[in-house]
Amino acid sequence: MADRPDPQAQAGHNAPGLSLHVPEPKFRPGDAVDFSHVDVGEPGKQPRPDETCSPDTMHELAYGLVRVLGDDNRAHGPWDPKLDPETLRAMLGHMAMTRAFDERMFRGQRQGKTSFYMKCTGEEATSVAASMALASDDMVFPSYRQQGILIQRGYPLIEMINQIYSNRGDKLKGRQLPIMYSSKEHSFFTISGNLATQTPQAVGWAMASAIKGDTRIAATWVGEGSTAEGDFHSACLFATVYNAPVILNVINNQWAISSFSGFAGAERTTFAARALGYGLAGLRVDGNDPLACYAAEQWAANRARANAGPTLIEFFTYRAEGHSTSDDPSGYRSAQEREEWPLGDPVMRLKNHLIELGEWDEERQEKMDLEAAEHVKKVTKEAEANGILGHGLHHPFRTMFEDVFEELPWHLKEQAEQAIHERETKFPGGLPNEGKGA
Amino acid sequence: MSETETMSAPDQAPNQAEAKPERRLNMIEAINDALDISMQRDENVVVMGEDVGYFGGVFRCTAGLQEKHGKNRVFDTPISECGIIAAAVGMGAYGLRPVPEIQFADYIYPGLDQLISEAARLRYRSAAEYIAPMTVRSPFGGGIFGGQTHSQSPEAIFAHVSGLKTVIPATPYDAKGLLISAIEDNDPVIFFEPKRIYNGPFSGYYDKPVQPWKKFDQSVVPEGYYKIPLGKARLATEGEQVTILAYGTMVHVVEAVCKEKGIEADVLDLRTIVPLDIEAIEASVKKTGRCLIVHEATRTAGFGAELSALVTERCFYHLEAPVERVTGFDTPYPHSLEWAYFPGPIRIGEALDKILKD
Repeated sequence: MADRPDPQAQAGHNAPGLSLHVPEPKFRPGDAVDFSHVDVGEPGKQPRPDETCSPDTMHELAYGLVRVLGDDNRAHGPWDPKLDPETLRAMLGHMAMTRAFDERMFRGQRQGKTSFYMKCTGEEATSVAASMALASDDMVFPSYRQQGILIQRGYPLIEMINQIYSNRGDKLKGRQLPIMYSSKEHSFFTISGNLATQTPQAVGWAMASAIKGDTRIAATWVGEGSTAEGDFHSACLFATVYNAPVILNVINNQWAISSFSGFAGAERTTFAARALGYGLAGLRVDGNDPLACYAAEQWAANRARANAGPTLIEFFTYRAEGHSTSDDPSGYRSAQEREEWPLGDPVMRLKNHLIELGEWDEERQEKMDLEAAEHVKKVTKEAEANGILGHGLHHPFRTMFEDVFEELPWHLKEQAEQAIHERETKFPGGLPNEGKGA
Repeated sequence: MSETETMSAPDQAPNQAEAKPERRLNMIEAINDALDISMQRDENVVVMGEDVGYFGGVFRCTAGLQEKHGKNRVFDTPISECGIIAAAVGMGAYGLRPVPEIQFADYIYPGLDQLISEAARLRYRSAAEYIAPMTVRSPFGGGIFGGQTHSQSPEAIFAHVSGLKTVIPATPYDAKGLLISAIEDNDPVIFFEPKRIYNGPFSGYYDKPVQPWKKFDQSVVPEGYYKIPLGKARLATEGEQVTILAYGTMVHVVEAVCKEKGIEADVLDLRTIVPLDIEAIEASVKKTGRCLIVHEATRTAGFGAELSALVTERCFYHLEAPVERVTGFDTPYPHSLEWAYFPGPIRIGEALDKILKD
């Protein structure tokens, strides 16, 4: 019989008591912000491996930061996508339009024209530049902050605004929370609102494309906070198991409503490093550097199209505004964070790059911003003719029961009759506006 | 009795039209046949799930399909029900018609968010831009000593969700026709296969030998393509005394009890609980004036509660006795006491006595 263990050691007398670590962000409201602990590396220093390389040979890219644009406003190193000035101006234009759109829609919500809006300020490059690196018929499975993709793909702004107002022009028939767009024509998947569910769906779509011997690939976007969901694990696993032609874009904007990225594991490692355990290619990219965003997405798209496998990209960026119109970040984080963010603002950086190239100037920038704002204003007015939320100009009442199933079963028919009866009881003469849509 | 729609497969050779000996299949073979035919007819049909590929499934429902249709269309998946259902949603969005298998209904819960929040609502939330034309096959129900994780009947959860159809066959003939309909349906369908009756119908007497399907006419499964529409019940036996609403395994238990007690009942095999054949239910209950509802699932908020409410709402003035429910108990499915849990001949018989007593 073995000796009994030392009772002293068993009682843990020689060790401190256990303690639970609850992550805490570095800065809270009112704190002075110093981001010097954030290692952003140097632009142009990261190697660019061949797109078909083994994920094992590129681990360092999951921990560093792929950067192209330097403080000198020039493009550096092997990740420079070498885009022509016209493409760069188009990129700047889409980003400026996205920003102008956000400004207007945010204001519209404050004016009571809709219930809800979400800006993507500071993150425009992660959708616009990434989307530009894809083919227009590559399928995207976005989260809720990728309006830049729709704008880049030429989805009419009026459709977006109709959706935001849930009016009679809304192609989604007023069923979805504002900004939960869908456009099959633009290879843009219907936005869920439940988090990270789109990530394994994108993998399934990519598997289907591979099953069919198609050439199209899939890309999905998810916030760093939502990578905590089991769905994201399923996405990584299925992507690697089937070598699916898919790109998993993680937008690390530091904040998930009021929870900082530490609650998704950021205190211990990077999000790009999630790739390593699955054997995925992992890239960590300066999300405020439009050229780096483009180059990384292009690398991953080339890799997927070559049947060389999926890629997980972490775009390291900063959510400059609140989570949504329902959020007030001054209640949980320091306002100085936005000013001190070490990677600047993506629109400014691209603008300055174009100016440095001699392909742009402040005057043209001002004109472009003004035109974007005017255009959005004009389209907003057009959309308002279709109604704003809660003012009666919505889809006909009967549409509430459509599309639950392809065909209306008896129980929904009965419920529709009940609903119409209630409507007629409340408004015996019908609603003044309702006939227009009915 | 059933409304069936038969037609020959487009690639059928001319000499196959000649009379063939009657073919009898068990439910596993019938399901396999339905999958095979669906895959032949539509190249967008793909089958996936844990162990369904090379091995052919733990219950053998997909045996031979990978060899015949290729690894691209019949493949194993990681042990991740969330991932399986999610991938099927993405494949459906692409234009495929996936038929994922969840190895046991008890394992389906990690996939529920993808089923309930995604597949079921895709059509609605996108105003029909995207649909989820998937059929989730899953063996369900007890009576095989599966313990609490291989015996559950979770159909009520799915019936409660708007946008899902739920199908439960009770015979090999129906399993094939219903599965082909489910696969061709453009909405997500939960297809629960009562695994206790995979190999033969069940009288409820667990201590009597199992009778193989081949001894019963419901195992006559024609070759080729036929469909049984979703939402149409089957009148399994006809009688004037009482209407019994059941599905899956319980159809056979109920039939055996009636036979033993000499009760002449309309035994209505519902086949699909969403959409429900309310016309058949109403017609039968108005005829008999009495209604017993039988399911294996737990009692509280089970689908029997919905059936009871519907019958009471629609047939109250025709009823000569209160509607009765016979169900499993509100406990997890116990392993050693499986037969104490199972709604067997005693529970059903006593309920029938009560309902018929005056």
